[in-house]
Amino acid sequence: MLLIYCPYCEEERSELEFRHGGDAHIARPTNIADITDEEFAEFFFLRDNPKGLIFERWRHIHGCGRFFNAARDTVSDKFYASYKAGEPKPDLSAVHPATEKTVETYEATEGTAK
Amino acid sequence: MAEQALRKAPLGGFHGGSAAAHVTAAGPASRLSLRAGTDAVTALSKALGLDLPTKPKTSASSDARHALWLGPDEWLLIDENGADLAALAAKADVLHSAVDVSHRNTAVLVAGTKAAAAIASASPHDLSPSVFPVGACARTVLGKIEVVIFRTGEQDYRVECWRSFAPYAFGLLAEGAEDAGL
Repeated sequence: MLLIYCPYCEEERSELEFRHGGDAHIARPTNIADITDEEFAEFFFLRDNPKGLIFERWRHIHGCGRFFNAARDTVSDKFYASYKAGEPKPDLSAVHPATEKTVETYEATEGTAK
Repeated sequence: MAEQALRKAPLGGFHGGSAAAHVTAAGPASRLSLRAGTDAVTALSKALGLDLPTKPKTSASSDARHALWLGPDEWLLIDENGADLAALAAKADVLHSAVDVSHRNTAVLVAGTKAAAAIASASPHDLSPSVFPVGACARTVLGKIEVVIFRTGEQDYRVECWRSFAPYAFGLLAEGAEDAGL
C-alpha cells in the first residue's frame, strides 16, 4: 500500500483515502473561443504519458477533501513531492534524474531480438 | 388501529464486541457540517461557544459539544445535548455554509484496552498515541465506507458514519473487537 503525503493534513496517509485527478499544471487557454479544433484537442485530450517523473493532481477525497499536486515516478510509483494546489512545480532535478526521452516502441525493444 | 410513526435509532438493538473492546451505539446527537473561510473562524467560534480548531487532526470540546477539524475550511460539529447548531452558527454574521446532518450520521463507540486494534482491523489510519492523541480526529476509511474517527479518551473512540452504513460499520467493528479480544 502506498503512503501519500497530504500537504493539507501535513502527514502521510494511506492511498485508500486518495483519488487520482489526472495531469497537473494543464493551463486552460485564455482565448478558448478563438483557438482551432487541433489546438483545443491538444489542450483537452492529449497528454504526455511519460515514463518516469510525472506531475499529477490528487484528491484526498476520504480525508480533508482537498486537491493537491504530487510528483510521482510512473515506473517505481515513488512519490517525490506533494505540494498544495496553485504552487509552482518544485525543482526535483536533485532527487530525480531527468525523465527518459526514449519511448518504448515495438521496433525499439524487439528490433534487436529478431 | 391508530397509525403511528415511530422514530427508530439507526443502531437500536445492536450489540457486540468483546471484553477487550466494547462496541456500543452512541446516543442521539445533533450534528452540523460547517464550512467557512479563515476570516469567519473567529466569529463562528464565538457563536458556537468553542474555538474551531485550525490545525489538522485536532478538535475542540466544550460541555458535550465537539468541533472536529475535517479539512482546511471544513468542520464537523457534534452536540450530544442536541442543541440547534445551525441556529447558533447563523448568529455569527459572517459568510459560512452550515448543513444540519444530525440524522445523516450516527456513531459507534469503541472502548476498551484493545479499542484501537478493533478499529485498525478495518482502517488504515495510524491510531498510535504519538500521532493520534486524545482529542485527535480524522476522516478516513473503514472497510468500504468513509468514517470520522474521534479519539475521546485514552481507550475511547467515537466512529461517526453515515446512517445507512451504520449496520456495516457496527458489524465490522464488532468483528474487529472479537478478533482483538482473542
